Amino acid sequence: MEGFTPASALAGGLLIGSAAVLLLWLTGRIAGISSIVGGLVGPSRRDGPWRLAFLIGLVAGVAAWQAWTQQIPAARPAFPAWLLIVAGLLVGFGTSLGSGCTSGHGVCGLGRFSVRSLAATATFLVVGIATTFVVRHVFGVF
Amino acid sequence: MKRLLLATGFSGALFGLGLAVSGMTDASKVLAFLDISGHWDPSLLFVLGGAVAVTAGATRLVLRRPAPLLDEAFHISSLRTIDPPLIFGAAIFGIGWGISGYCPGPGVALLASPSWETWAFLPAMLVGMAAHRVGRTLLSRERDNSGGAQRSPA
Repeated sequence: MEGFTPASALAGGLLIGSAAVLLLWLTGRIAGISSIVGGLVGPSRRDGPWRLAFLIGLVAGVAAWQAWTQQIPAARPAFPAWLLIVAGLLVGFGTSLGSGCTSGHGVCGLGRFSVRSLAATATFLVVGIATTFVVRHVFGVF
Repeated sequence: MKRLLLATGFSGALFGLGLAVSGMTDASKVLAFLDISGHWDPSLLFVLGGAVAVTAGATRLVLRRPAPLLDEAFHISSLRTIDPPLIFGAAIFGIGWGISGYCPGPGVALLASPSWETWAFLPAMLVGMAAHRVGRTLLSRERDNSGGAQRSPA
């Protein structure tokens, strides 16, 4: 168990959950990042300013913490660029097809006891774990 | 409108802070969680657990209100059925997540301190989302057209 950080993980999780509840309470909207981003790139775009406001806030929140702690997650020089591009395509397409990601289904959906979100979360967790195993231990990439 | 955007920006900032504090923005840490046969790092269970503890407790109270504070109604999916797009979509997302260690939130968060990973992952994610949305629109238009032809006698 290398690098196990339960305290900061729990604190961050509580912040994420609070942000999702605050957004729902104030604006009536779900803090699902894939849906918020996806609504900016499809053919039927709407609510643009609202989406941008959330995303700008998100990036600012991350930047503030990185400035405060002077710690930025290091880019992985040995990671194949083409594989990261393929992963980006899959994450974008899959979250759009499945109507949500870790935040929309995981944090918000589980929080309102949605059976759809439970099924989606179980699926991407299991497939994610299997994929990491194959990529790392079968193909030996990164 | 202005208050809505401010409230949204503030929620976004809190969300981003949570992502950064929790370690979710570090793809290597996410992969250390998904890699259960390596040096497993279960930290992310605490992230999800902490977040869901809050949403599971408070969402019900919020939704008991007739409307949110700054808008006229809640914008929430009323879908109930577990259908193939949900499961296939989640599985495809899981493959991309398991390869890279990035889900969409941390993908966007890459913009806080851009590196080569930002410019490889984020545009590809946007293209993937746009591709699905364009495809869905084209398919539904086709369906509408053929449906319209069948309905026309009435």
